[in-house]
Amino acid sequence: MKVLVPVKRVIDHNVKIRVKADGSGVDLANVKMSINPFDEIAVEEAVRLKESGAASEVVAVSVGPAQAQDVLRTALAMGADRAILITAETAVEPLAVAKILKGVVEAEEPGLVILGKQAIDDDCNQTGQMLAALLGWSQGTFASGIALGDGNAKVTREVDGGLQVIEINLPAIVTADLRLNEPRYASLPNIMKAKKKPLETKSPEDFGASIARRLTVLRVEEPATRQAGVKVGNVAELLDKLKNEAGVI
Amino acid sequence: MAILLLADHDNTTLSDQTAKALTAAAQIGGEIDILIAGKNASDAAAQAAKLAGVRSVIVAEADALEHRLAEPTAALIVALAEGYDTILSPATSTGKNVLPRVAALLDVMQISEVTEVVAADTFKRPIYAGNAIEVVQSTEAKRVLTIRTASFAAAGAAAAEAPVRSVEEAASGDLSRFVENILSQSDRPDLSAAKIIVSGGRALGSDQTFRDVLNPVADKLGAAVGASRAAVDAGYAPNDLQVGQTGKVVAPDLYIACGISGAIQHLAGMKDSKIIVAINTDAEAPIFQVADYGIVGDLFEVLPEMARQL
Repeated sequence: MKVLVPVKRVIDHNVKIRVKADGSGVDLANVKMSINPFDEIAVEEAVRLKESGAASEVVAVSVGPAQAQDVLRTALAMGADRAILITAETAVEPLAVAKILKGVVEAEEPGLVILGKQAIDDDCNQTGQMLAALLGWSQGTFASGIALGDGNAKVTREVDGGLQVIEINLPAIVTADLRLNEPRYASLPNIMKAKKKPLETKSPEDFGASIARRLTVLRVEEPATRQAGVKVGNVAELLDKLKNEAGVI
Repeated sequence: MAILLLADHDNTTLSDQTAKALTAAAQIGGEIDILIAGKNASDAAAQAAKLAGVRSVIVAEADALEHRLAEPTAALIVALAEGYDTILSPATSTGKNVLPRVAALLDVMQISEVTEVVAADTFKRPIYAGNAIEVVQSTEAKRVLTIRTASFAAAGAAAAEAPVRSVEEAASGDLSRFVENILSQSDRPDLSAAKIIVSGGRALGSDQTFRDVLNPVADKLGAAVGASRAAVDAGYAPNDLQVGQTGKVVAPDLYIACGISGAIQHLAGMKDSKIIVAINTDAEAPIFQVADYGIVGDLFEVLPEMARQL
């Protein structure tokens, strides 16, 4: 079974972002970019499936600018076999990404698609569910466990009250939550090997998909900031302030 | 203009997340119908009918809908979609699972985690873990939205009950099956509804000390217990207690952060709390920059003392 892993290039999660003064967006110039952490977990899961013999090939795919090659090389260094870059110089909305990925799925015919549950830049949490809808496939979102069976998979999901286990028919879409696994660090030899693995470049048009935006971002604002308060010396003082000053207990 | 609101419930009880999303729906404006997808869900439907500003409650009951699996629930909403120009749901694990599937089936781009209704077609939503706010306008034929409930007050009770009507489930193929829920058992208030939250970080050291140190204070205050991602990853607390960008987003009256340094991912989940208290040995911890009151000290001394004095 082939496993397809879509990955996104995003601002590194350790970078403190800056909203542009003119409200046009977030400053991406000269900022460290990395693979979306949830997608890294998805890559790890796919590679583990291959190592266990359940998967035959792992294909990483990204929709993004030419530099998104870097995150595909990260996926290849972790153990993906080959990569596909679909170039788009502007930000692509989840619905359009899902339409492109549908085309990739129809061309590659994977038995399973694993992707991160959300990207840490736009925090949309949509692409996997949308891809499942467009393909008419089942979906196992926010997964903290995947057990493959015969023609189906048991997925353990992180839900509001705890965990939920569902069984989904294959082929299927699974979106990775934080505790699905701990991604490996790619070794130097594997990083070197990754440079020689095949990376194919395509365009959204190759899959008949438009990347025209459907929503209009009117502006991007700074969030309301909180002022640091006071430090108190002891518990009695704290409780007094909570009772008499803040009135919350 | 009509709005369809997918309710959050467990068949017997309607969660207050539904009432909060209803407030957002009322701000958008239009006739509002609440959809109860479930099985033996007449109790939840009756509760929905008592909320203020509801035109009607639509109930769809079927085995496949008992646990609101994504495929049948999305198919049901799509079958009902024609009469509505806005479809929304609280951004609970069900809403986040189902609504993007609905949006794609309707060929609409969804707006996730709305925190403010600017106009009927314009909304604010946090991006980059709440470090920026996007003001986004939809000119789509239909709008599909999930609502961040911590940003909206719950709608009140209606003078008269709304009518309840039944609809059939929609065919979606047998793509998935429910196996089991492994839900945390707790007598404490739910995190998303609690007025006070006592939250612990990795400094607690083990699952045993996490409970032994936080629970007495939480018991005295009638508070819910939360956790940082680090504490959950370390196995000190179950995943459903996680507060943060990818966990629960909360806005209680009082949030007491114990041994939590204040990573941006955590702040994203609690910085809209009315009053924040930080207890940490590190006076330079970023949590103090958002805290109204801070104690620089050892939580293993401060918290037992607090439990004694409360």
